[in-house]
Amino acid sequence: MNPTLESANLHTLLQQTGVPEVLERLDQELIGLAPVKGRIREIAAYLVVDRLRRDLGLVASRPVLHMAFTGNPGTGKTTVALRMATILHRLGYIRRDHLVVASRDDLVGQYIGHTAPKTKEVLKRAMGGVLFIDEAYSLYRSENERDYGQETIEILLQVMENQREDLVVILAGYRDKMEQFFTLNPGMRSRIAHHITFPDYTQEELVQIGLLMVGEQNYYLDPAATQAFAEYVACRMRLPNFANARSIRNAIDRFKLRQAHRLFERGGQVSADDLRRIAEEDIRGSQVFAECEEMRKGEDHAP
Amino acid sequence: MRIHQGTFSFLPDLTDEEIERQIAYIRQNGWAVSIEYSDDPHPYNTFWHMWGLPMFDLEDAAGAMYEFRKCREAFPKHYIKINGFDPSPMWQAQRVSFIAHRPTQDDPGFRLRRLVWSDGRVQKYGLEPYVEDRPAGERY
Repeated sequence: MNPTLESANLHTLLQQTGVPEVLERLDQELIGLAPVKGRIREIAAYLVVDRLRRDLGLVASRPVLHMAFTGNPGTGKTTVALRMATILHRLGYIRRDHLVVASRDDLVGQYIGHTAPKTKEVLKRAMGGVLFIDEAYSLYRSENERDYGQETIEILLQVMENQREDLVVILAGYRDKMEQFFTLNPGMRSRIAHHITFPDYTQEELVQIGLLMVGEQNYYLDPAATQAFAEYVACRMRLPNFANARSIRNAIDRFKLRQAHRLFERGGQVSADDLRRIAEEDIRGSQVFAECEEMRKGEDHAP
Repeated sequence: MRIHQGTFSFLPDLTDEEIERQIAYIRQNGWAVSIEYSDDPHPYNTFWHMWGLPMFDLEDAAGAMYEFRKCREAFPKHYIKINGFDPSPMWQAQRVSFIAHRPTQDDPGFRLRRLVWSDGRVQKYGLEPYVEDRPAGERY
């Protein structure tokens, strides 16, 4: 036991790591996601306590940090994974603040003997940091037992087990499919310590996210446009292929296109304010409103 | 006798941590790490077998250490060296190379071979590793 370190203040230690800063940024930049933020705080607290125990000479095995992020598309899984890399780095659990994003294409080979080198290549690149596997359920195809994905899973499991100090793996994917994936690969489930579920955003949260995105790109919505945007979000949520924040981001890109078109149509001089302002008509011009109307009519006519 | 080839060969053998730090240095310079093995210790043997491809996009030394350990597992009875290749323009050459694993601390060494040349009035000399008497793969 280290005699100089008999007791320590948790909060000062936490401050020293610079983690609260990251958590604060997480709070400001990511709207909603309360359960996710709660879990991340818990993990951060646990890691600080674990570090402290280590400094005091209370030996424990290194905590398993592999995680699974489940949730619908566009709920912020990748963004949170990036922050996770920063948090783990500041707490000293990974040596480098870097995140390698991989999907089935990057890991699974096309012919016999191609998979292992390909997977190892990605693993080596990610070592020292975080490996984020998007749509991890696609690694396992139950309908084809000779699928090479199985080989990838085996290598992954081996590295996750033997090189815990070199690599943290985060698996991400849609909820039901990941559930199925874990049922079929019990080894994978048991090696993952933290299962975090990302909830869908509510309508208000989506509007806030949209306004934040617009602000970040140096645009703003005038009051009428803000109202139209709220209606737009309500409509878009009911249409198929809705992907939460991702749909909102795409919508904003289209608003920008329409704004540029409007400025050209009008001709003449443009002021700085014109360039920044998104007007109501830029939003109302969207196809979404028409589709939404159609769907409502369809529902009315339904028996 | 001890085989002296590449950097650090007059120092005691590097430990795994020291090797990892050397790899970190190679990587930090932006050089590609490659691992090679051979059981022909002749100094003019420049063609060692490659263990996988050179690792150009490593972020951390752990990846190369992983490969090095795998190579050592597969070829405990071979010399293994780690090279750093500088891919930048004008260099495009190997900048560092050191032996990271030896099959034995006491290599049998080299035999001096005399060769009587042309009409018998000229002699040529050459070196030949003693281990070369045995076939490749069974030398140590």
